[in-house]
Amino acid sequence: MATGVLGPERARIDKPTLRQDRWWIYPAVTFIVFTAFVVYSTWRAFSGANYYASPYLSPFYSPCLSTACVPGASDFGQPISFLPAWFSPALVILVFPLGFRLTCYYYRKAYYRAFWLSPAACAVPEPHKKYTGERRFPLILQNIHRWFFYAAFLIAIILSYDAVIAFRDENHEWGHMGLGTLILLVNVVLIWLYTLSCHSCRHITGGRLRNFSKHPLRYRFWTFVSKLNGHHARFAWASLISVALADFYIYLLATNTISDVRFF
Amino acid sequence: MGYDLSMRVWRGNEDGGALQDFTVSVEEGEVVLDALHRLQATQAGDLAIRWNCKAGKCGSCSAEINGRPRLMCMTRLSEYEPSETITVTPMRTFPIIKDLVTDVSYNYEKAKEIPAFAPTPPDPDGKHRMMQVDVERGQEFRKCIECFLCQDTCHVVRDHEDNKSAFAGPRFFLRYAELDMHPLDTHDRRQLAQAAAGLSMCNITKCCTEVCPEHIKITDNAIIPMKERVVDRKYDPLVWLGSKIFRRDQREEVES
Ligand code: SF4
Ligand code: SF4
Ligand code: FES
Ligand code: FES
Repeated sequence: MATGVLGPERARIDKPTLRQDRWWIYPAVTFIVFTAFVVYSTWRAFSGANYYASPYLSPFYSPCLSTACVPGASDFGQPISFLPAWFSPALVILVFPLGFRLTCYYYRKAYYRAFWLSPAACAVPEPHKKYTGERRFPLILQNIHRWFFYAAFLIAIILSYDAVIAFRDENHEWGHMGLGTLILLVNVVLIWLYTLSCHSCRHITGGRLRNFSKHPLRYRFWTFVSKLNGHHARFAWASLISVALADFYIYLLATNTISDVRFF
Repeated sequence: MGYDLSMRVWRGNEDGGALQDFTVSVEEGEVVLDALHRLQATQAGDLAIRWNCKAGKCGSCSAEINGRPRLMCMTRLSEYEPSETITVTPMRTFPIIKDLVTDVSYNYEKAKEIPAFAPTPPDPDGKHRMMQVDVERGQEFRKCIECFLCQDTCHVVRDHEDNKSAFAGPRFFLRYAELDMHPLDTHDRRQLAQAAAGLSMCNITKCCTEVCPEHIKITDNAIIPMKERVVDRKYDPLVWLGSKIFRRDQREEVES
């Protein structure tokens, strides 16, 4: 028996949607860009090579913690020594930013719409017969987003460190700046904007309170994070693209395809 | 300057119906509801429409215009090309009564399920006091005009009739959020919102926010904060421990 908008109690209209605008653009673009990113990052993460071109370390591989890391890339030591040498160091660390984005409230919206078509657009019926939302396993795991936020916060600090040490030249002398420095700098700013505009961050800083008036400082933080939060989707896109571009630039340097443009 | 507008309007009742074509003369500056009123006055005297204020404030004239849930009184004809056909149907999530009128009692049933505001005892002088910042937070939610367009567009019930019993819908998540953020309320509604009201069935795809004529950020300011509050209560052992040790956040949990 037909259900949903075609169900027996509803106004009898045989078209599932009467929308005439180009509602499919948003899911289509999302689908293409996200798929491209997944393909690119999978290739780069598994390759385990060409991620370090002194002084630049690719954000996909930072911090580089396993013994497989190339010399110079591990400013935080190599505590992970039990992994085989072929195991790409990116895989050790990438679960955190990846998990952060996968459970992000904005990305959830985007991929539920673009990949699961649930719904592809508003007032456009979804193709699924049953729907239980985020009530059951595995989607109930979305509730751990907050923990990924904590991890992502630490990683943002490390990426900031990477951007700072990119002001050294290839021999680690201070007072250098190249296009790579600029790219890492822009990337880390976008990563911070994305991380701080997170809904969990907004909740933790002050959203969970019942009385703003009793916590004036947290209220100020919350107001600030709320402002950023309004642009969360934009930051999600910008930082996704910037992180891939930063990695690709370093890939080009590491493979000697191009050489870094030096400003000073 | 007037022109002739082509319209397709759904006419019928629970036994069936169809989109019917009409040509209505309209004036510049008019809204869809004006065109329908002229249609009613000149060609279709028995056309059923619900409306009241013509100012986007009573929430009566909800319908779907070219497939999008909107208020008929707030949809300007100038948004469309004069040559374009405008299609108007009733809301497609609620049972049909006649023409553009649907039975929205689902929403009133859901409203009844929310435990009422339970304030703390008043101050010694008999008054309740709240600070301005705390008052402001809930103001956004109070802008709701109960047009139920958000309920209409939410795919959880629009596409799945069987979810209606377990899902209160975005308009009522606003209410849960408003009460849960209220400094004077003594109830803990987090479990209830998740279990009985179906908060976890929402997949935050934001259609409610997209259609709200009052531009309430339903998903960002009510649903996601409520989901985070549920995480505090159920999925974050640190917060849970903190609330036990420091005896913070002690409120009475309501089950139904
Ligand atoms: S965000 Fe949630 S409540 Fe709003 S329309 Fe989407 S599924 Fe429904
Ligand atoms: S929240 Fe917005 S869309 Fe929903 S009933 Fe209220 S005014 Fe209408
Ligand atoms: S990162 Fe998007 S909501 Fe947390
Ligand atoms: S008639 Fe009151 S909102 Fe449209």
